[in-house]
Amino acid sequence: MSTAVIPPKRELSTTPRRSDRIFRGVVTSGGLSSLVILGLIFLFLLIQGFSTLRSQGIHFLTGSEWNAVTDANNVVVLKASHFGIAAMLVGTLVCAVIAVVVGVPIAVFSALYLVFYAPSAVKRIMVTIIDLMSAFPSILFGLWGFFILDPSAEYWAKLLHKYLGFIPIFQMPTPFFTRSPFVAGLVLAIMIIPIVTSVTREVFSQTPLDRMQAAYALGATRWGAIRAVAFPYARNGIVGGAMLGLGRAMGETVAVYTVLNIVYQINWHILLGAGGNIASMILLKFGEAGPTEVRALMAAGLVLFVVTLAVNTLADLIVNRTGRKQNV
Amino acid sequence: MTTVVPQSSASSDPKPSRPWRSTTVDKGESVAIFLGAILSSYLVVLWTPMKGKLAYVAIFFLAYLILDFLLAFIKKGRSAGVDSVFKALATSAMVLVLMPIISILSSVWIRGHKGLHFTLFTKDMHSAAATDPVIQGGLLHAIIGTVLLVIFALVLSVPIGILTALYLTEIRGRFTRPIRFLVQAMSGVPSIVAGLFILAVLVYPVTKAYNGIQGSLALAILMIPTVARTAEEVLRLIPNELREAGVALGGTQWRTVAMVVIPAARSGLMTAVILGIARIAGETAPIVLLTGGGDSVNGNMFSGSMGSLPFYIWKGFTAGTDESVTRAWAGTLVLLVMVLVLFALARYLGNRKVGK
Repeated sequence: MSTAVIPPKRELSTTPRRSDRIFRGVVTSGGLSSLVILGLIFLFLLIQGFSTLRSQGIHFLTGSEWNAVTDANNVVVLKASHFGIAAMLVGTLVCAVIAVVVGVPIAVFSALYLVFYAPSAVKRIMVTIIDLMSAFPSILFGLWGFFILDPSAEYWAKLLHKYLGFIPIFQMPTPFFTRSPFVAGLVLAIMIIPIVTSVTREVFSQTPLDRMQAAYALGATRWGAIRAVAFPYARNGIVGGAMLGLGRAMGETVAVYTVLNIVYQINWHILLGAGGNIASMILLKFGEAGPTEVRALMAAGLVLFVVTLAVNTLADLIVNRTGRKQNV
Repeated sequence: MTTVVPQSSASSDPKPSRPWRSTTVDKGESVAIFLGAILSSYLVVLWTPMKGKLAYVAIFFLAYLILDFLLAFIKKGRSAGVDSVFKALATSAMVLVLMPIISILSSVWIRGHKGLHFTLFTKDMHSAAATDPVIQGGLLHAIIGTVLLVIFALVLSVPIGILTALYLTEIRGRFTRPIRFLVQAMSGVPSIVAGLFILAVLVYPVTKAYNGIQGSLALAILMIPTVARTAEEVLRLIPNELREAGVALGGTQWRTVAMVVIPAARSGLMTAVILGIARIAGETAPIVLLTGGGDSVNGNMFSGSMGSLPFYIWKGFTAGTDESVTRAWAGTLVLLVMVLVLFALARYLGNRKVGK
């Protein structure tokens, strides 16, 4: 007979050690920094811009006048001044929409080429080049747009006006074709192509292979398979990518400042050389602005921040829905 | 006997047919279509009032589409025709993407190399006016400024970016989805807004002057999302077995991450940092708002206006004289070479196997 010696139960604990608790705390607070930074941006722009927003009210969004009235001591009188950003809001939208209309089809088709048509060597090189393009500084696009693209685009604008002039947006009150929203939109289109291409490429490459093969097995051509399988699957991704591009195009500053002839008026004629967007307007007015006007610019920056954040958020939600719904 | 067994097939191997390979006839046809499109664009420009480069390109494109469609239509029917049209469209979209890139790179070289000279890297601009010949002055101050701005932005943003990535991959707590979402949202913040934010927080209430560190702060805000997202992707590639092995050896989570996960991801994390630098090195709008853009070498980040490459280009462009614009292009060339080198370095590090 032997007596079994039962050892005492080992202490098992799931509570992390102190070092782990510190580690988790540090990492979590680092992770939350993006929330803190975004919150602070909103808060400080609101604090600085609040006086302008309160004195101008809804006119800040609907008015299209920007003049600071000064009294005898050269101090800006907020009550008498007009700060309205409607003209620049319209300009922002016009340039960004041109960029999306021109850039997104090109980006989507080149993503199609990269995923479904390109030989793998070509694909690798092209992906590298497009990634590289997204790292080009925006002032480079601005210089190129001003010195190289603008002369050619002026000729294209004249053609558009000559043959499509009956469409309201291509009409011209005065024949001044250089440095127009059209040219700025083209530059922005080139600038958003990399990001839209990489988002849509990602989505296209997630197309279920078995369904593509099923389409081929049923006798579909390559385009037939793309239209029947890849497009329904990637629809959300394409829309989201386009919106991401829209957000980028709305926030672009230096390239637009360089290319566009910034005139403070509402201008729907995209070929006319007058326009602007909020970001470039801030940069333009900042140089000569006194303290009160800078506050107004902060308010404009707040509007820009909120609008781009909303567009980006929406884009992100739409992109992340891709592939969730498997039975298309 | 009814079955006929061909004797020859056993002795000589039949050559495997590759139906997907294009035959000589196919290649000949595509060359013929290409030449036909060039010929028709030449003829149309010759005989009609449409002139110029644009006409050549547009007619070549249309002729190519039509000829390609017709050939496939006659050979294989309607759906093959449509297929070939869309293949041509996708290919030409790729060409359309390439054209501005080639144009940008070539114009930077053509216009920028005229402004290159040896003293460019040894002198600054404090004694050279915008109208002076290009040979005078240089961009030493701009290069030093950009390097300082980037280093300080790096010190501020890399820890935060990597901590964010660690939270998303190692802790995976309650806030994982909202934080991933916020990082995404942050990467869309316009650069001018980051500049205005520092202006509102620091310049107007506190310093009331231009200096370098304010620029670095704004750049750090723009750099965090790039670093965080790239680092997250890298950390997610680290095999889970490594983490499990670390824990199984009795390591706490902190030791596992510090001794196993991060060393394994080192080269990938370097890639994240380098891509972040490439993202901010050419950022202009916040620099213009915050740093002042001095013309002489300034090694002090905390006082005095700070020159930098983007500001140098900006100044050259806004001054508008021939000499200053040439200087701007030369500065762009230097900046672009810097970005290209960083990008190539990131690619090289990123292509090495994780764990080496």
